[in-house]
Parts: sequence; C-alpha cells; structure tokens
Amino acid sequence: MAVAFDEMNGLGEDLRPAYQELSRWLKETPPDALEYRRQEAELLFRRIGITFAVYGDSEAQERLIPFDVIPRIMSATEWTLLEKGLKQRVLALNMFLKDIYHGRDILRANVIPEDLIFQNPVFRPEMNGQDVPHDIYVHIAGIDIIRTDPDNFIVLEDNARTPSGVSYMLENREIMMRLFPDLFSRHRVAPVERYPDELLSALRSVAPHNASAEPTVALMTPGVYNSAYYEHSFLADKLGIELVEGRDLIVKNDEVFMRTTEGLKRVDVIYRRVDDDFLDPLTFRPDSALGVPGLMSAYAAGNITLANAVGTGIADDKAIYSYMPDIVKFYLSEEPILKNVQTWRCREPQDLSYVLDNLADLVVKEVHGSGGYGMLIGPAATKATIEAFRDKLKREPEGFIAQPTLALSTCPTCTDKGLAPRHVDLRPFVLTGSSNTTIVPGGLTRVALKEGSLVVNSSQGGGTKDTWILSE
Amino acid sequence: MLSRTAENLFWLARYVERAEYLARTIDATLRVTALPAAYIGKTNEWDSALLTAGVGAAFYDHYEEANERNVVEYLSFSDANPASIKNCIEAARLNSRSVRTALTSEMWDTINSAWIELQAVWNKGPANREELAKFLRFVQETSLRFDGSAYRTMLRNDAYWFSRLGVHLERADNTARILDVKYHMLLPEEEHVGGPLDYYQWTSILRSVSATTAYHWVYRETLKPWLIADLLILNDTLPRSLASCYSNLVRNLDQIGVAYGRQGASQRHARGIRNRLEHSHMDDIFQHGVHEFIQEFIADNSRLGEIITKQYLI
Repeated sequence: MAVAFDEMNGLGEDLRPAYQELSRWLKETPPDALEYRRQEAELLFRRIGITFAVYGDSEAQERLIPFDVIPRIMSATEWTLLEKGLKQRVLALNMFLKDIYHGRDILRANVIPEDLIFQNPVFRPEMNGQDVPHDIYVHIAGIDIIRTDPDNFIVLEDNARTPSGVSYMLENREIMMRLFPDLFSRHRVAPVERYPDELLSALRSVAPHNASAEPTVALMTPGVYNSAYYEHSFLADKLGIELVEGRDLIVKNDEVFMRTTEGLKRVDVIYRRVDDDFLDPLTFRPDSALGVPGLMSAYAAGNITLANAVGTGIADDKAIYSYMPDIVKFYLSEEPILKNVQTWRCREPQDLSYVLDNLADLVVKEVHGSGGYGMLIGPAATKATIEAFRDKLKREPEGFIAQPTLALSTCPTCTDKGLAPRHVDLRPFVLTGSSNTTIVPGGLTRVALKEGSLVVNSSQGGGTKDTWILSE
Repeated sequence: MLSRTAENLFWLARYVERAEYLARTIDATLRVTALPAAYIGKTNEWDSALLTAGVGAAFYDHYEEANERNVVEYLSFSDANPASIKNCIEAARLNSRSVRTALTSEMWDTINSAWIELQAVWNKGPANREELAKFLRFVQETSLRFDGSAYRTMLRNDAYWFSRLGVHLERADNTARILDVKYHMLLPEEEHVGGPLDYYQWTSILRSVSATTAYHWVYRETLKPWLIADLLILNDTLPRSLASCYSNLVRNLDQIGVAYGRQGASQRHARGIRNRLEHSHMDDIFQHGVHEFIQEFIADNSRLGEIITKQYLI
C-alpha cells in the first residue's frame, strides 16, 4: 500500500502547522520520560476502572482499551469545516427518519429503493405515523470520520442508534491534563468538559409536552455485564441522573415510573443505551429481560421521550449509507460537505460482479455488522478466506457492501520500537436538542495499534488517543 | 434514590463487613490453635470457626475434615462457599460497579484496588502462614479503608444511611453468632476464674471482634465470662456490641425517616430491639439463658433486614 497521509508529517516531508509545538516537545522529552508517563496513564485507567468487556472472551472479561499518550491534533480551520459537515449530515439523518416514518417523499421520488427500507430488519413499523418531540430522532450521533488527504473528511459510518465512546473522549482528556500539564500550557486546546452539560440540556429540551418544567431524565443501561457499562455509569454520574435498568422502571397508565426508596417517580426522558430489540418485551423480543413491559405504549402515548428514538437503525444501516449523499441533497438541496467512501452495493448485479472480480483489493462488510466483525479486508486476507467469502457473497449478495481499501491517515503513536505512524479515525459526537445542534470540539480518536492494521475497533486491538482541536 | 441503588449500597456494606469478620475469625482461630494442646482442650476450633461463620453444614458437602487447611480454604478462597472472603469481595465489587454513581471515588477505589490485588492471591492461593497472615490483614485493612472513606467522603444523605444500615446489621449478626457459638463457655455456673484453657478461648472471642484492649479499659479486670458477655451485648461504647449496632441502626433509620418525611415498620422494629437491649441486665439474660436470648436476637435482627428490604429496597 502507498504511504498514507500522516496527520503530523503530511506526506513525509513537511511538518504540518498544528503539530509544530508537539514536535518540538517530543524532541525535548527523553523517551523514557514518555514511557514512564505512558505507564502512569495505564495505571490510572485501571484504577478508575475504565474497562470494557469483550463478548465471548472469558479470559479477559474486563479489558482496558489501550491509551496512546500522543495526542491527535487538528487546527481550528480543519475543525470548522468538519463541524459544518457533521451538522449538515445529522440534520439530513433526522429529516430522513421523519420522512421514512411519515410521508415517505424520498421513496416516491425514487431516490432510495423501497425494499431497502421495508425489507430491512431495522425498520420499525411501530414508528409509522408516530410523532416524536421536535421531530428529533437522533439526539446523539457518533459519525466515524477518516481522511486520506489534508483536504477531505470522509464519513466511514454513521452511528445513529446508541453510539458509545464519549466517556473515553472525556477521560482521555482528564488523564492527559493530569500527566502532561507542560504540553497543554504550550497549546491552546479547546476544552471538551462541557459535553455532559450539553447532553443534559439537549435531553431535557426534548421532554414530552406534558412533562413538568424540570423534566426527569434517566439513563437506561442493560446492566453491569454490558460491554459499555462503564460509560453508562460514567455518564449518569456526570449528568447527575439516575442510571436505571429495565427492572427499575414500571409503566402505569401509559406513564413511566422508576422505583425509588420513596415510592414511584415519573420519568420523562430516557437516554437509553439498550437496543430497540430489548426495550419492551411486549412489542419486540418477548425473551428480553432487559426491557420494560409497556414502554412502547407509553412512547406511543407521547408520555416518554426515548433518545435516540426507536427505529433510527434504518438511517445508519450500511446499505442506506451508500445513499447518504443523495439523502443530503434531497432534503437540504445542498452539496454534502463530508464525502462518502465509494461503495458497491452487492445487491446490484453489476456492482456484485465488480466486487467478485476484485475481492483481493476490497473491503467487504456485512450490511448489519458492527464492531469490525464479519468483514473481509481483501489485501490482508488469505486466498482461502477470500474464497470462503466469495461463497457467502454469492449466496446472500444483499447482505453485503464493498469499499476500496483506504489508506486511513496515520498519526505518531508510541510503539515498542519508539514513535511510529499508526492509522487513525475519529468519532465526533453530535448532539441535537430542540433549538440547536452542538458538537464539542474533538471526539474519540481510535488508533490501530498493530503495524499496518486498518482496524481501529477496540474489540480488535484498537486503542484511543486524546483529540485536540486548537483555538485560533 | 433508586431502590436498587439503595439495595446495592446496603449489601455492598454487608459484604465488606462480613469479609472482615471472616478474616478476624480465621485470625483468632489460628492463634488459639497455635497454642499447645494443653491450653485449648479437645474442642475442634476449626469446627467452631465454621459455626461462627454460619457455614457449618455446607462445609461438609465439600470436605471430610475440619482442619486448618480445609477451613481456611473454605472460608477464604472457596468458590463453593457463597460467603467466602473471596465471594464477598467479588460481590462487593460487582455491587460497587452497579452503583458507581452512588459511591465516592475513594470508596470505589478501595473496593476496586482490593479486588485487583486479591486476584493475584486467589490465582496462586497463599502458600504459607506468613502469606495467609498478610492476606487476612489486607482484608481487614480494606474494610477499614472502605469504612473510613465512606465516613470521610460520602454526602450525609440516604446513600450514606443505607450503607451504614448494612454495616451495622451485618456487624450485629456477626457478634451475635460468635457469642452464640461460644456461649457455653460464658455460663455462670463454671465460676472458676479462668483455667488457662478458657482464658485463651475468651481472648479469642474478644480478638475476633477486636475488643481485647477495650475489655481491659472498660472493666480493668482479668477476663471474666459474664463481663465479656456484658461488653459484647450491652455495652454501648464498644462499636461491635449489639447495643452499639442498634443505637446506630435506630439513628440511621431515623435520619432516613426524617429525610423522607415518613416513619415505618423498620423504624418501629429497630427501636423495639434497641429498647430491649437498653433495659436488659446481664443477670436477667443469664437467668433466661444466653443461648435463648441470642437466638431471639439473631432472628429479630434478620427480620429487621427483611423489613428494611420491603419498606425501601424493592
């Protein structure tokens, strides 16, 4: 693969302006001092208990996500562009969802094939004609951004269901500020700490119309065994709201209450980190012990706001993804600011035959997969793996999309052999409330720690970095 | 607060308290059994350690003989014993994880670091007496740190009070159990002033509730069985006495009652037990039988747990 664009050194020759100070600092700092602070950072993470679980991995039920102490830096100019693009994208996602569950103009205009919606398991017929406060479906979005050159931001994936990772954005910053006060004093880094406040006000702003002036917000978690449990408890704590499980909630007369030591207390907004399928055993999976019987009926009655709304999966589906540029143009009559990765839809015969002919060069993903599972990275795969995948593709072409193997940008990272470039992506978090859309400057930078690896997912050996947006 | 949160805080405190008590029991038993046979008589101290831990019957499902190796293993590290130190710390950490938002970072840190450090011990198991002693000390220190950080860092609100309820309810149960197992030694008819045998047995009781020094300060006497009973049952100044536990239970329940603007069955029941302890004299207790008195107390105490659960925790 060709040399990737490096966030610090561009294409090898010239140091990019945002990294000048960092580069100077790195030259002044002896390597063992860096190593010492790296170890200190790891200790801090373990003490605080910032862990995540990997399903099906009983050996390491609680693992640390490796943290790399070299920050990823962006200039104010870069951020302004990215921010504008993200707001445009999320606005379009919300308009798309409202349309899909109401008038369906976009289907009548033949922009998207109907069966891609109606045959889609994440489409929720329960949401047809259901109004949600202020027409907001995606209150919290995590948009995965990659770059291959200095000029373009490319969306790799939209996460419109229950995006996670924001606790790492906040904790990474805390730990960096604790360990590298000198480095911070030499930069003007935009703060991220107001995220919990912004999130809480966004959630309160979408309370049902009949809620009290001080609406009660709760964060709903599947429980301690969930892989993102740490984040759930962290956020509930920062927001100052109750962390509830399904069994803490009860529905009476289409209103939702939580069981407290002083009796039942009404809940107005649920920031739920539980998938649609498990929300209400009466509507969705009857075997779900995580949900609340009757929740969907309270939702239909307009007595509770769920954030994100039910049925948002239809907007971040990988098959829909390929239509996002058209979706932006359709609703906003604007050119999309953020690019899409070129995508072949295997459901379309000519795309499929191209994909089958070029498997060794492409990345093939399951339409409904996530976490980097079930995908084929052609250039890194053995012949046998490719052939096995070819059979799967032929059997069920509509289950897959394919994309070119992109040289994600790299960022200097601590490795066993000293600093070396490693591939990174970025997940900024976009909050939408009744009156505005806000993005805390930064996000979660994920880094593929293995040399040459393009997989940044934490479940597969990815790590994280602090993300710095410099002020002008 | 959420009922589940209150329940978790309550049990978290109980597990930590119980772990400490088990560590003290093992420690005290090790000391007695280290004495020459002439000093300890024929009783099997390890059997009585199992009884004070309330696992006498279950133990024999897994072992043939109650000896040091087996009992220490069962009480400390066994997965099969739901109330082993290991399982108490595991449960405490799981509870802490589910109520992290209600814990201060110092409390979380105490439990989490204890859990991390003990993983290493569990993985190899203590090889010798010295390592075992270190382990037992560590468990007791963890409990002290946990209590101390709760005391010094928690807001004085319902979260704090529910956690204190757990501590005192569990502590009362532990003190009562140890008295019950050893009550035969406290019977007044054996009025000879401590042969060497009884002397060490009594010291061992005091040691398991960390009251050896306290005894001498309070009574300024050599060890006398009825004074030991008086200290552990009725003396309000000893933090592990039944009377002291109930002063605390009543106070914490009252604080909850005031905060919620409502009293209930828990407050009434706790006050009833406290009043009975306040108006009892050691003579009467001996007259009616120590065993009966303590049995009744244990039942009343566990009933309080049920009433608190029903009133607040579900």
